[in-house]
Amino acid sequence: MGRTRRNYKHAAPNGALKRMKLLRELLFPLIAVICAFIVGGIVVLLIGDSPFETYRLLIGSAFSWPDGIGYTLFYATPLIFTGLAVAVAFRCGLLNIGAEGQLYIAAFATAWVGIKLGGVIIKNPVTGQIVNSPIAHLPGVILLPLCCLVAVGVGAIWGAIPGLLKAKFGSHEVINTIMLNFIAVALVSYFTQYHYKIPGDAILQSAPISSGAHIARLGKIIPGLPQRIPLNLAFVFAIIACILVYIFLWKTKWGYEIRATGQNPSAAEYGGISIRKQIILAMAISGGLAGMVGINEVLGYRYRYYDGFSDNYGFTGIAVALLGRNHPAGVFVAALLFAVLQRGGVPVDAFTQHVSKDIVQILQALVILFVAAEAMFRGPLKKFGFMRSAKV
Amino acid sequence: MRQIFTISLLFSTIRLATPLVLAALGGLYSERSGVINIALEGLMLAGAFTAASITFYAHSPFVGVSAAMLAGALVAYLIALACIRFKANQVVTGTAINILFLGLPAVLSGALFLSSGSTPQIPKENLLPALYKFMPSFVPHWRILTDVSVMSLLALVIVLVTRYVLYRTPFGLRLRAVGENPEAADAAGVSVNRFRYAGVILSGALAGIGGAYLSIGQSSLFTRNMTAGRGFIALAALIFGKWRPVQTMLACLLFGFADALTIQMQGVAKLPSGEDIPVQFVQMIPYIVTIVVLAGFIGQSRAPRALGIPYEKER
Repeated sequence: MGRTRRNYKHAAPNGALKRMKLLRELLFPLIAVICAFIVGGIVVLLIGDSPFETYRLLIGSAFSWPDGIGYTLFYATPLIFTGLAVAVAFRCGLLNIGAEGQLYIAAFATAWVGIKLGGVIIKNPVTGQIVNSPIAHLPGVILLPLCCLVAVGVGAIWGAIPGLLKAKFGSHEVINTIMLNFIAVALVSYFTQYHYKIPGDAILQSAPISSGAHIARLGKIIPGLPQRIPLNLAFVFAIIACILVYIFLWKTKWGYEIRATGQNPSAAEYGGISIRKQIILAMAISGGLAGMVGINEVLGYRYRYYDGFSDNYGFTGIAVALLGRNHPAGVFVAALLFAVLQRGGVPVDAFTQHVSKDIVQILQALVILFVAAEAMFRGPLKKFGFMRSAKV
Repeated sequence: MRQIFTISLLFSTIRLATPLVLAALGGLYSERSGVINIALEGLMLAGAFTAASITFYAHSPFVGVSAAMLAGALVAYLIALACIRFKANQVVTGTAINILFLGLPAVLSGALFLSSGSTPQIPKENLLPALYKFMPSFVPHWRILTDVSVMSLLALVIVLVTRYVLYRTPFGLRLRAVGENPEAADAAGVSVNRFRYAGVILSGALAGIGGAYLSIGQSSLFTRNMTAGRGFIALAALIFGKWRPVQTMLACLLFGFADALTIQMQGVAKLPSGEDIPVQFVQMIPYIVTIVVLAGFIGQSRAPRALGIPYEKER
C-alpha cells in the first residue's frame, strides 16, 4: 500500500506512445473546433451573411494592439479561472456545473470586504442618512491580500458544499451545484439590493469598494497599453494559477490522490485513499479557483459588485476545460480561443448585415457538443489508420 | 394576508405550474430511461421560440404548439445521438444545448424579424386559448374556465397518461427496466438504446410544449432566455417528486405556488419594519428544497439506478 501511494509520478510511457497520445490529445479538440466552425458557418450562410467575412471579423479583431490583445487577455482571465475550476473537479471524476454560483458569491464577498473593512460609508445621497457603516478601515497592504483571500476562500466554501453533500449523503454534485447556482444568485442579489446599494442607484450594484483594495491594471506596467483597458494583475494570477494547478495535480501527493479517485474510485479506495476527502478537497479547490474570478471583476475591473456581471463564465468554463483536455496548458489555450471569439462578437454585431454576436454562443455550444461526442470522429479516423496504436 | 391568499393566487399557481409540469414530465421519460436531462431549459427555449415564430406566420396556436413539439423532439434527437450513439457525457451535452439555445433564437430572430432576441407580438386571438373556448355557449364563464389555459388541462391529462403508461403498459415497464437495470433488460431482449432514444425524444417533445406555453400562452412573444431557469426548476421538481408522475406534478404545483406568491406579494406584503419582503428568499425555496430532499433529510429520493451511465452492450 505504501509503495502505491509513494509512487505517484507516472511511469513514463515510451517515446512513440507518448507522442501518439499527445497527438490524439491535440487532434480531437482541433477537429471539434473545425467542425463547430463549419456548422456555425452554415448557420451564418443560411441567415444570409458571408461566413468568411463573419469569421474574419470574429477572429481578426482580437489581434490588434493594444485594444484587441488587451481586451482578449482581459476576457480570457475569468475563463482561465473557471476552466481550471472545472478541470480540477473533472480530474476527480466530478462535474462542477456550479462555477457560476461560486464566482458570484465569491465576487460579492470580495466586494463586501472591500466595503466593510475598507472604511466605505454607504450614504443616502439625498438625505445623507447612513445606510451601512464600515466595521474597520484597513490599509491597502492588509485589505488587498485579505480581499483576494476572501475571493478564494468563499468560492472554496461554496464549492465544498456540494462536495460535502456528495461525500456525506451521496447526492449528485451536478444537481446540487445547479441548485446552489440559483441560491447564490438570489442571495447576492438580495444583499446588493437591500444592504449594499447606494439608495437611488438605478443599477443593481454595490457601493464602490475602498481604493486601497484596487489591483493594478497592466497598463501601469506595460508601456503602450493604455490604462482604460481593464486587463489587470488578475491575468498574471491566472497564469500563476495554471502553473500551480499543474504542480498540484501532477507533482504532489494530494494531486495524485485526486486523480486516482477520478480514474478509478474503487481502486483508489483500495489503495488507502479516502474518496470522501478527495471529493470535498477537489470541490473546494475547484470553487476557490472559480472564486478568483471575483479578483478580476471586483478588484481589477469594476471596483464594486455588479449584479449579473458574469457572462456565463461558469458554463463557458466547462467548454474551456473540455476543449483543454482538463490540463492547465490546454485550459489556457482554450480560454484564449473563447476570449478571441468574445472580443470578436462586438464587430460582428456592428459590421454584418444579419448575424449578431450571439453567434459566439452558438459556436461555444457546438464546440462543447463536438468535443463531448468525439467518438463520432473515431470511426472515420480509424479508417484512415490514424488510430491504430493510439489506444493507450 | 387577505390580499395575498385569494382565488387568483390559485389560478396563478396553476398557470405558473403548467410549463413546469410539462417539462418535468419530459425529464421523467428521459431520466427513467437512464439519460440525465440537464437540457430541459434549452429544450423549453427551443419550443418557446419555435412556437412564437411559427404562430406568427401560421396564425394558429395549435400549429405553433405542434411545431414546438417537433422542434423539441428534433433537438432531443441530437442529444440522444450524442449521448447514446457517441456516448458523450450527458451532463456536458445538456449544458451545450442550454448554451446553444441562448444564442440560436437570438441569431435566428435577428435574421427573421430583424430584432435581436425577440419575436414580434402575436395578436391575442392567435394565442393559446383559455378553457371556455371549448365549452358550449350556455356554460357560464366561471373563472376556472376563463383563467386556466387549455394547456393546463393538457398537462393534467399527460400526467395521468404518463402514470398509466409508466406503470401499466409494457412500454413503461421496459422504459423503467432500461433505466434501472439495462443489463437485465438487454438479457430479456429489450433494446436498451432504442428505449433510451424514445425516452429522450419524448422528453424533448414535452419540454417543447412546455416552452410553447410560455411564449404563446402566458406571454405573446418570445424574449431572450424567457425560461429564466424554469427548466432547472422542472428538474428540481422531478427530483422532489421522486421521478414519479403524480408526485412530480404536485412538486411543480408547490414550486408554481412559490412563484405565484412572490408575484402576489410584491407591493402588498410588508415586513413589520415597513419594507417589502425580499422576493429572493421565496425564489430560493425550490432550490433549497431540492438539495434537502436529495440529501435524504425529507424522505429518500432515489434516482433510477442506471441514470447517467451509457450502456455498453456486452459482446
